[in-house]
Amino acid sequence: MSRKLTERSIEGGLKLSAVLTIATTLAILYVLISESAVFFKEVSIIEFLTETRWTPLFESKHFGILPLLSGTLLTTFISILVALPIGLTIAVYLSEYARPRFRRSIKPLLEILAAVPTVVYGYFALMTVTPALKMLLPGLSGFNSLSAGIVMGIMIIPLISSLSEDALQSVPKALREASIGMGATKFQTSFKVIVPAALSGIIVSVILAISRAIGETMIVAIAAGQQPRLTLDPTVAIETITTYIVQVSLGDVQHGSVEYQTIFAAGITLFIFTFVLNSVSFWIKKRFKESYE
Amino acid sequence: MAKETYMMASEFVLNKSRSSELIIPNTKLETDVVAQSIKIESGRQLADIKISSKNLNVYYGDNHVLKNINMSIASNSITAFIGPSGCGKSTYLRVFNRMNDLIDSFNMNGKVEVDGFDIYDKSVETDELRKKIGMVFQKPNPFPKSIYENVAYGLKIQGIKKKSVLDDAVEKSLKQAALWEEVKSDLKKSALALSGGQQQRLCIARTLAVEPSVILMDEPTSALDPIASAKIEDLMTELKDQYTIIVVTHNMQQASRVSDYTAFFYMGDLIEFSDTKSMFLNPKKERTQNYITGRFG
Repeated sequence: MSRKLTERSIEGGLKLSAVLTIATTLAILYVLISESAVFFKEVSIIEFLTETRWTPLFESKHFGILPLLSGTLLTTFISILVALPIGLTIAVYLSEYARPRFRRSIKPLLEILAAVPTVVYGYFALMTVTPALKMLLPGLSGFNSLSAGIVMGIMIIPLISSLSEDALQSVPKALREASIGMGATKFQTSFKVIVPAALSGIIVSVILAISRAIGETMIVAIAAGQQPRLTLDPTVAIETITTYIVQVSLGDVQHGSVEYQTIFAAGITLFIFTFVLNSVSFWIKKRFKESYE
Repeated sequence: MAKETYMMASEFVLNKSRSSELIIPNTKLETDVVAQSIKIESGRQLADIKISSKNLNVYYGDNHVLKNINMSIASNSITAFIGPSGCGKSTYLRVFNRMNDLIDSFNMNGKVEVDGFDIYDKSVETDELRKKIGMVFQKPNPFPKSIYENVAYGLKIQGIKKKSVLDDAVEKSLKQAALWEEVKSDLKKSALALSGGQQQRLCIARTLAVEPSVILMDEPTSALDPIASAKIEDLMTELKDQYTIIVVTHNMQQASRVSDYTAFFYMGDLIEFSDTKSMFLNPKKERTQNYITGRFG
């Protein structure tokens, strides 16, 4: 009888922790929606989405999210441009070429890249990468999306390489044998059979990397600047959604004012992006999971 | 003993003629005498040996998996390798297209010749070798691509891009593999949507497209139902006019039905090698007798 009771209380405890997690998520969502509802009473959604200036903290206030969005997407795009080719090359090398023992020791080392505090990356971008890039591009401004994007790309390399390597490894050995047995080289086998077969997993890894880059804060806050600007020029200072939220949260903006409410509107935009990306990756994982058995 | 089996096998090649019955030699010759007599025979006889191994030993690390194998395999015939699991028959099969090279602990000594060339010579490109010696695997393993792409793969990796050439090769190979009628209307369909038997015939077509002269089959029907298996067996019989086929099988009936020669392996030794009929009707060794009658294995 008491044993049954213990079982039950354990089950209840486990259930409680699961419920607590979901409840926290829902609570965050509730705060985001209710607070941004206050904002959208003052500012129309149409203005929010179409206005090309973002100046809530100035005398003449404009509330267009586009400059922040372009800043976010620009740094994200640059980071993927860096991380995808390098990460995929590493994944193919580790999965198809490296000896198992080497792979087992190198993978955790690579993942250290993801364990470096992002504030360190931020300073690295500002103090090392930007000055180095200035030697190549004299016109580069002190804060720019290029340097922040590159460093963010380095940060997400292990995300892509690790998850893609898992995807490549899960391709059945029989497919490698089939290709090698027909006289294909290792290179041909890797890129014509194994990578296409693991494509869904690779895409998922890239989407998660994008999601990570969009939400990244410290690197862009330190190295990309705080000037909301609708531009695709990677050499000038911009501002990302996350940087803006940091700026307002730390600043002396009065709570409850429209200026303060903007961070919830920015926050929900960010949330929608990462939520959609995560859902897409979840869907791809389910939909395109190759069944070889 | 190994020497003895080598002699027997060679004698078969010597005495083989397509129409008449095979004669089991009862005289024992020295190995070099056999080799000499092969040379003395006409050029046709010499060409009849497609693959041979001499004093072949294979190791996986410290594990001695094939022990001093001497064997000659006749061209344009079906040779079956039988024996209990772990006897080395699959390893021996994979010696011929150097698939064992992919295994780190693999080690070998001895000589393996295909068409008189030492395939373990340093100058041999394994990629080129594997184009000449195709392989069909135990479980159907089509690529997760369309039927067309599967068959065209081998040619594409050789750099052939011309669509008409690829189209012709795809059609020809699928016809050879007796799959064309079933798939011709929808070559763009994913190969994974085919049934197991169709997939295996697709894998055979994929192998044929590269135009090998030897096809190695590693238990090609073990994952298939009896009807699909029968189709593959018919196919093998049809293909032997143009190809030398070596098949590893656990299925005794299959070996006796389709093969011209049968080799029985046990614990890394080649116990007996002769023409299939006499192997099954009148095995020379007690172990063979026990195995083929199902007393062990």
